[in-house]
Amino acid sequence: MRYAETGINLEIDLSTGNIERVVSDPKDTELYLGGLGTNAKILWDRVPPEVEPFSEDNLLIFSAGLLCGTPATGCNRTIVSTISPQTQLMAFSMMGGFWAPELKYAGYDKVVLRGKSPDLVYLWIKDDKVEIRDASHLAGKGATETAELLRQELGEPRAQVAAIGLAGESRVFFASIEQGRSSASRGGIGAVMGDKRVKAIVVRGTKDINVARPDEFLGLCDEVLEYIKWRAANPIKGVMPILAGLGSPQEMAIHDEKWHTENFMWGNSRVRRKGFWTEEIEKQWTETMEGARTRLISCYNCPMKCGATISMSGLPTYMMKCFSKLTYTMAAMSDLDFGLRIAQRATEYGVDGFSAPQVMAFALELYDNGILTDEDMPGLPEGNEERFYWLLDRIVRREGIGDVLADGTYWAAKKIGNGADAYAHNNIKKHEQLPLKLSMLNPIYFLMYSTGEKINITQIEGQFPQAPFPTREEREEFVKDWFQVPDDRFKQYFLDWELRGENSIPYYPTPQMCCDIVDWQERMHYIDDALGMCAGLSSFPLKPPYHIHNYPKFITAGAGIEMDEEALTQAARRYRTLVRAINIRRGMRRKDEKPPENHWKKRFPELEKELLDTYYKFKGWNEDGIPTKETLDELGLDYVAEEFVERGILKEDEGAESGETAAE
Amino acid sequence: MAEKKKKTKIVKRIHVDADKCNGCRACEVVCSAFHAAPKYSSNNPARSRIRVITHPLKDIYLPVYAGEYTPAECLGRNTYTLDGKEYDECAFCRASCPSRDDFKEPDSGLPLKCDMCESEPDLDEPMCVKWCLVDALTYEEVEVEVDEDEDEVRIEDVELGLESLVDKYGLDKVLDTIARLSKKD
Ligand code: SF4
Ligand code: SF4
Ligand code: SF4
Repeated sequence: MRYAETGINLEIDLSTGNIERVVSDPKDTELYLGGLGTNAKILWDRVPPEVEPFSEDNLLIFSAGLLCGTPATGCNRTIVSTISPQTQLMAFSMMGGFWAPELKYAGYDKVVLRGKSPDLVYLWIKDDKVEIRDASHLAGKGATETAELLRQELGEPRAQVAAIGLAGESRVFFASIEQGRSSASRGGIGAVMGDKRVKAIVVRGTKDINVARPDEFLGLCDEVLEYIKWRAANPIKGVMPILAGLGSPQEMAIHDEKWHTENFMWGNSRVRRKGFWTEEIEKQWTETMEGARTRLISCYNCPMKCGATISMSGLPTYMMKCFSKLTYTMAAMSDLDFGLRIAQRATEYGVDGFSAPQVMAFALELYDNGILTDEDMPGLPEGNEERFYWLLDRIVRREGIGDVLADGTYWAAKKIGNGADAYAHNNIKKHEQLPLKLSMLNPIYFLMYSTGEKINITQIEGQFPQAPFPTREEREEFVKDWFQVPDDRFKQYFLDWELRGENSIPYYPTPQMCCDIVDWQERMHYIDDALGMCAGLSSFPLKPPYHIHNYPKFITAGAGIEMDEEALTQAARRYRTLVRAINIRRGMRRKDEKPPENHWKKRFPELEKELLDTYYKFKGWNEDGIPTKETLDELGLDYVAEEFVERGILKEDEGAESGETAAE
Repeated sequence: MAEKKKKTKIVKRIHVDADKCNGCRACEVVCSAFHAAPKYSSNNPARSRIRVITHPLKDIYLPVYAGEYTPAECLGRNTYTLDGKEYDECAFCRASCPSRDDFKEPDSGLPLKCDMCESEPDLDEPMCVKWCLVDALTYEEVEVEVDEDEDEVRIEDVELGLESLVDKYGLDKVLDTIARLSKKD
């Protein structure tokens, strides 16, 4: 019997309509766990670098994590992987909600889509019954609207729906896949779904998911629940409210937006508005939010209720979570009422709440500076807010200038020319980032931004505090019950970290310490993405209920795979390296690994070079960021090494002399 | 007529505060896991004895407990509007009923009924309550006086189970099976 997983992947060829159930190899589960890990294995094996994102040969994989569908609290992530049209690299966006467990209950771990359907279709998966059905009547419909219509049409109120809106159908490079209160937004995976002409995947399952050691597993779940309760009563001291608790940042519940509105940039990530958060604004925004929010809502099997249903007068109800609360507001230099209104339309269209506002602000900045003109934008309204609606409507239809902007700021700037490049200033690896511009280089963040292949900083950071605490007493207090650290040396790093003086940024933590810290933070995210765990209960917040010490037990008791910290760390390294290998094979190199030029005012080129050199070495990558043969062999990825040599990416003898990979 | 002797018994009560429900379905997960054999060895919300009816866009969040089995569906049905929200037909009904899939084992179709987590030794509180951290479900035990001669063996429960089997498989099949089973002993 397979435990935690079903052992079956659905392989659907959209070109031919062929549907197969394929039994997965339990060996692969041991090596790559599941979710992101096994997705990476499939993409490495089956999508060579010559395959374009919008090609029949590109795969779009919807995967439940290894522990989704078990009683593990908060384990509900769907990991969607493909080749991104925007970055041309591997995209692996995640979504919470209810879809992944439902897929498990239907009897599948993954849905692997290949080919392209000739007409718009949706997939209906109900236990053993799998159908490709006509979706012509859903063309142009909103993502939330589509989900409702499909539940009604099928007479299945309990079915879960992952759908694209118009943006996905139009192959907008930052189109999302929406699923009620959740969405998989980064990397333009909605565009790939649209390219395959799949409007939605509807799932309903009524089968069992087994765990290997029932009592042990439930005991572990109970511990997690107890800890969540304890943390609710004992928030972390010395950090701002959104960092003090568990869950995704509680943007729907918390009204105090001083920190975001005064520290994040407005417009096209340009303007910092110190002193913005006045009493008057606070009152107005609180009223807006209270008036809009009907209820705080959770994902599957989780008490944290990080999302909310939002009803703005005169508009259909939709669901929201996290920072998309503010992205439209801040890009348009407007207020919360505007932000919540336009987000309704944007959610139905299905666009990434980080990229879309930035693309629009970018376009208007180009217009203000005469690079885009009235000729490019005939009919552009006068009012600022109207302009955002106008642009959004055109982008998702690829109409006029919208067609150019639909490729995101990087590619749009290339097409527009005339110096537009300088305005696409907030990208990493061709993808829009959070609107943050800071003063002093932070060496930990430098490494995370540079080497992250998850493209989004919130999917890389976590665990280690973002900044030092002012006094030693506060730091001592913090490390007292910090049992989540993999090793006590992390406590020491933090204890010695000062706001000023010798032990402060950018030279402290030292490059070697930074490597250690970044590697830990990244590792936890990669483990989450294989298991299907919400980062909000694990890799993202400080002192989470899931950590490197209890995860191996969950895997052993849940999936029946003997696991300890070392083996888990090794597995995570293995598929993390495989993700890098996929991207290296697609041409990613050291030159691509850098934060936006203006992310920090004070930069330190020599230190930055040293950081990257040290980190590459630590990871077992050569000076160009390519995993060495030695590293690959040690991880059992010799098939990668072989192909690297064949393709001339590595030389036969390379890596032998590159020395030790830094100790764990 | 001689006065009936009074004694007290404990009534278990779960209070549902639907306003606090966030739709997470943790209650369904743990109920189905608890009733798996062996205990916790599997879970499957479709087997749960509590069902959370959700319709987020209409702000409907309604945990409903499985009650009695009924062989025939009601002729007259109810729909409700509460606080301006329209609830589907049968939404509040606890019956395991031929008209719907709820409260039935998905494979055999046998009826499910909330047993308040019958267990030896007794649980401190029902599993669904324990796992509902947001207090949409809370548990209390209240002492009430009852008549002495109130039947202790709940023969109706046995009858009910049989009845449902008869409905599903026909009387002959059930009688055959019982005959076969008793021969085995
Ligand atoms: S912590 Fe929040 S985002 Fe994460 S699973 Fe729970 S409700 Fe969803
Ligand atoms: S566990 Fe509580 S909050 Fe979650 S669905 Fe059940 S009743 Fe609602
Ligand atoms: S009280 Fe027990 S049996 Fe009844 S629904 Fe809750 S968990 Fe299930």
